[in-house]
Amino acid sequence: MKIMVAVKRVVDYAVKIRVKPDKTGVETQNVKMSMNPFCEIALEEALRIRESGLASEVVAVSVGPAQCVDTLRTGLAMGADRGIHVEFKDGLNPLSVAKVLRALVEAEKPGLLILGKQAIDDDCNQTGQMLAGLLKWPQGTFASKVTLDKEKQVATVDREVDGGIETVLLDLPAVITTDLRLNQPRYATLPNIMKAKSKVIKKYTPGDLNVEIKSDLEVLQVTEPPKRKAGVIVSSVDELIDKLQNEARVI
Amino acid sequence: MKMDRWRASVRRILNLASRPGPAPRSFAAGRGNPARSGSLHCSGRSCRETQFYFGHRQPLSMHLRETEFALGVSLIQSRCFGSVATRIQRNPKFATINSDDIRYFRDLLGDKSVIQDEDALLAANMDWMRKYKGSSKLLLLPRSTEEVSQILKYCNSRCLGVVPQGGNTGLVGGSVPVFDEVIVNLGAMNKVISFDEVSGILVSEAGCILESLMNFLDNKGFIMPLDLGSKGSCQIGGNVSTNAGGLRLLRYGSLHANVLGLEAVLANGDVLDMLGTLRKDNTGYDLKHLFMGSEGSLGIVTKVSILTPPKLSSVNVAFLACTDYLSCQKLLLEARRKLGEVLSAFEFLDEQAMDLALKHLEGVRNPLPPALHKFYVLIETTGSDEQSDKEKLEAFLVHAMEGGLISDGVVAQDIQQASSVWKIRYSRSIDESRGCLQI
Repeated sequence: MKIMVAVKRVVDYAVKIRVKPDKTGVETQNVKMSMNPFCEIALEEALRIRESGLASEVVAVSVGPAQCVDTLRTGLAMGADRGIHVEFKDGLNPLSVAKVLRALVEAEKPGLLILGKQAIDDDCNQTGQMLAGLLKWPQGTFASKVTLDKEKQVATVDREVDGGIETVLLDLPAVITTDLRLNQPRYATLPNIMKAKSKVIKKYTPGDLNVEIKSDLEVLQVTEPPKRKAGVIVSSVDELIDKLQNEARVI
Repeated sequence: MKMDRWRASVRRILNLASRPGPAPRSFAAGRGNPARSGSLHCSGRSCRETQFYFGHRQPLSMHLRETEFALGVSLIQSRCFGSVATRIQRNPKFATINSDDIRYFRDLLGDKSVIQDEDALLAANMDWMRKYKGSSKLLLLPRSTEEVSQILKYCNSRCLGVVPQGGNTGLVGGSVPVFDEVIVNLGAMNKVISFDEVSGILVSEAGCILESLMNFLDNKGFIMPLDLGSKGSCQIGGNVSTNAGGLRLLRYGSLHANVLGLEAVLANGDVLDMLGTLRKDNTGYDLKHLFMGSEGSLGIVTKVSILTPPKLSSVNVAFLACTDYLSCQKLLLEARRKLGEVLSAFEFLDEQAMDLALKHLEGVRNPLPPALHKFYVLIETTGSDEQSDKEKLEAFLVHAMEGGLISDGVVAQDIQQASSVWKIRYSRSIDESRGCLQI
């Protein structure tokens, strides 16, 4: 069985982001970019499934500008077998990515699709669900545990929901999106980094896949949240009560 | 020849170990009676002393192991710091604090800056490793150089012992009182005085915590030339007074290279203003270097002027495993040759240290599972071009692997992985404080 993992190149999680002066977006020039943490977890899960013998190949896919190749190389260095890069410069949105992935699924025919639950730059949490809808495949989102049964061709997924954990049984092929507690991604070891240099990354454009990328949404403005005001140290309980009553108006 | 040195050092250790009584911990400027200059005294040269015993060739843990093997005994428990096994007595020439002194300090500094509360004093009396405990009854928090000067002038006139204290993160017991000295803590002097955005020269008061200086500089696109595990609590005045090293020493040099000036208050209250901000200044004697590393025995540093390097965007971290110590040394040489100007840190760990880190630290996992290798090296490169730095590092690592210098390694793929790899190295002192290996 082939597993396809979609990965996204985003601003590194630990970087302090700044809004561009013209307020059209977040500053991404000269800022460290790396693989979305949830995508790392997705790739790690795929690799573990392959290592347990239930899958034969892990393919990493990324949609985006030319630098996505770096992210794919990281994926290959972690242990993915092949990479696919769909080159598109700017203006991607979850629905377009889902359509591209659907076209790739029809070409590659994987038995399982694993994605991160959301990207840390837009926090959309939509691609996995939309893709499952387009493919008409079952979906197990916010996975915190995945168990595959090869004979019955089903996957048992523990989902993290507000009230606790929900367990669902999915017929394969299916779409799984990963949550934080699923696993801890491995480091890319040197031997794997060396091997990754010779692994293949196939290039496509959206046109090759007959997908038109358009957006129905337009970003009008991006602003920083209001800065937290410094606290005030009061000198007595009376002053505190006075401030709560007259300034904060909570009592 | 090496064996002779071993034998000599081992004999000394065994002699010390067999003597009764607690190990003395301070022996300031000479061996024998601790020297007192004015009303300040220094302690905490202990770590330096052990270097004489063990030499510089091999890592301490290896040396101990080999010596243990040679003698057939376990040396770790019987080692003690000290060349003089006598108990230190409180010098009767120093006065004790009375209520007049307390009143004077309260008038001078205000009630809030004079601390006599038991609980607050407990923290100030004990060092970070919990090895040494003083019995001071008074903690002062001056807010300006003038206040420090008045305090020292008064203590000098009354012959009261004083111990300067910064973040109290030192590991050699130098920041806590031996007996009942007055603790002068500079934590309240935490203002950044000025920052020149063109030259990167930062002038700040001595009580600024290193991490807050780092955060301040981060917004301006600069970094501090030193980085320590204790950055969250240590103060820059203390760093300068102890000539702290840290992780960036390899790249930016020691504080002697980066501190351009400082202001210090001498034991009699005189303020010595050596706060220059010039890169090169040959006017007069360069006295500031005497203060760096003097551990407060010559004066209390109150202001520091430090050169900060610009922040470079691309940081890469690799964690490598070596099979023997010679390879680690060769690796350092190769790293400096091949990585050249982008090499910013080269840190070393042995198997035992790694084992301790994995056992006692939370959230730390082995980057090279499943087994523990004999030696580990952490290499960090800092440069301005992500792509070329990464290629340079990977080319160097491939070359080192093919040459047999390293047996395995990982390259951190994002900042999160880099900081978790650094955590293994940063937090070694935490293992030590749990009484495992006192190195």
